[in-house]
Amino acid sequence: MRKPASTTSSGDDSLTLAMRWSSFQRRYAPYIFVSPFFILFLIFGLYPTLFSLYMSFQAWTPSDGWGRWKYVGLENYTFTLTDPMFLRSMWNTIWLGVFSGVPQHLIAIPLAFVIHMVLSRFKTFVTAVYFLPYITSTVAVALIFNTLFATQNGIINLVIAHLNNWPLLGALLPDEKINWFTSANIKYAIALMVVWQFTGWNTLLYLSAIQAIPKDLYEAASVDGASRIQQFRYITLPLLRPMMFFAVSLTIIGNMQLFEQPFILLNGGASGATPGGQTATMYMYRTAFEWLEMGTAASIAWILFIFIGILTYLNNLIFGRSARGE
Amino acid sequence: MGGKRGSLGSFLLRLGGYAILVLGGVLTIAPFYFMFVFATHQRSEIFGFPPPLWFGEHFMTNYQILVNKIPFWRAYWNNFYLAFMTTITSLFFCSLAGFGFAMYQFRWREQLFAVVMATLLVPAILNLIPFYLLIFQIGWINTPKALWVPAMAGALGIFMMRQYIISAIPKELIDAARIDGCSEFQIYWRIVLPLIRPALGTLGLITFIGSWNRFADVNVIMRTQETKTIPVVLRTLQGATDVEWGAIMAGTALMVAPLLLVFAIAARQLMEGLTSGAVKN
Repeated sequence: MRKPASTTSSGDDSLTLAMRWSSFQRRYAPYIFVSPFFILFLIFGLYPTLFSLYMSFQAWTPSDGWGRWKYVGLENYTFTLTDPMFLRSMWNTIWLGVFSGVPQHLIAIPLAFVIHMVLSRFKTFVTAVYFLPYITSTVAVALIFNTLFATQNGIINLVIAHLNNWPLLGALLPDEKINWFTSANIKYAIALMVVWQFTGWNTLLYLSAIQAIPKDLYEAASVDGASRIQQFRYITLPLLRPMMFFAVSLTIIGNMQLFEQPFILLNGGASGATPGGQTATMYMYRTAFEWLEMGTAASIAWILFIFIGILTYLNNLIFGRSARGE
Repeated sequence: MGGKRGSLGSFLLRLGGYAILVLGGVLTIAPFYFMFVFATHQRSEIFGFPPPLWFGEHFMTNYQILVNKIPFWRAYWNNFYLAFMTTITSLFFCSLAGFGFAMYQFRWREQLFAVVMATLLVPAILNLIPFYLLIFQIGWINTPKALWVPAMAGALGIFMMRQYIISAIPKELIDAARIDGCSEFQIYWRIVLPLIRPALGTLGLITFIGSWNRFADVNVIMRTQETKTIPVVLRTLQGATDVEWGAIMAGTALMVAPLLLVFAIAARQLMEGLTSGAVKN
């Protein structure tokens, strides 16, 4: 069975004409079945990607007319890499990558453990509730949070003002109403929103990994007198490492391309807080479709692409080996 | 799981666990709740003090503003059309390719499948500009096919289908059908498709939801009011002066509500489908 059927693997069979046809179409059927993906990928995936590499060495704006490229060498790259707006957007991306990424996992891992330990009948229901933001349109989420972040009587500011009256917690929170839509504060608003939207997804991932841990491991530990928290520390966490690697990889790739959240909260770039909140992908988008500098935008895409590649590689190096090994 | 030992401690832990879950649940649900509440209030009420915590009477006012300012139901139809076409074509092409990868031995199979999986790692949004230029070049701007044709055979769908077919369909069944004289496509159409209905349902849901929520590429390719989808037209409302937040929330609620309904019915199936790849890894 390892070889294609037409190379008579079972030599004694006499091949009738019908069987010849059958083995012929059997031989080529799989190629035809998988071909749509590759045709579409070549046209809409690979070709544009390679074309954008070419574009990144050209100066072109749509009004020049199709085909009127002007070769500029590395100019787009040198411009982008020394452009303070781009560098700031990179900084925003990295900041958001960390502050909207790390909390997701710090919340999701214990949350998944709690769901697993405490719930049985309502497990699916509760997980589904936490998962809801993930299936909701990011545009919808950002529009909703846009109202919740209102400075004067926005729900979030009112909740913070209320918590201010609590002992301990109050000391940590600012006394005045936060204007979220300033260059200094918008990043916190975006991070909060991203954490809200994706923590449930990570919880689901970790929960499915926790459920795959054999029950007798916990039973053995509890016979040995390990508390729940010790079980979490010494059984659950180590066995979650492969899933952590997978989930963190997804978060890194996702967070480096955050686009819709800042784009909507910053009103497409019209907001005064734009410099403090726009991510690299949003800057790329505006370079292409607001300033119509397609070549420069292509160079941004490639710089980001390489950056994400390096990050993924480092994540693999640091996290991946121990996640797969052990 | 916990036995009799340390029953007070484990009771307190359990109680703390419930408290955490309820708090987290409230924080998760609250934005949805306020979306529905704000959809029934005027702008002055939404940002007044105290802000509305319960439903008001102005849903119809908001709705009127919504349909007067933007072709809302046209956008709704566009959204549905895009999601429907993407879903139907994906179900066909992904299951066909998944069948090919799962049930055949052929030259380059492993390498070809590796290419499929590798495309999952490529950050999608970085392709936006060249993709736009290609669509511009072939004259597909403002046509829905520019959005659903490239999405007809997604890598994630192929992967899901392949995994399911490997686990659910015995090779002997395929061989038996072959002996009965089925052609390879007939095997797919008559034997495989009926047997993978649960996986098709899951993939259909995932694809439909994903397409329903698409924004970045739709926003650049659909430039005229008649061709825009809901996320895109709602965004144009936000860009206006004197933003009608009540109307935006009404539109947002109408966009989100069908998905909430679908999710209420098929949450378990969806969540299992979405994590199946991750867990098996």
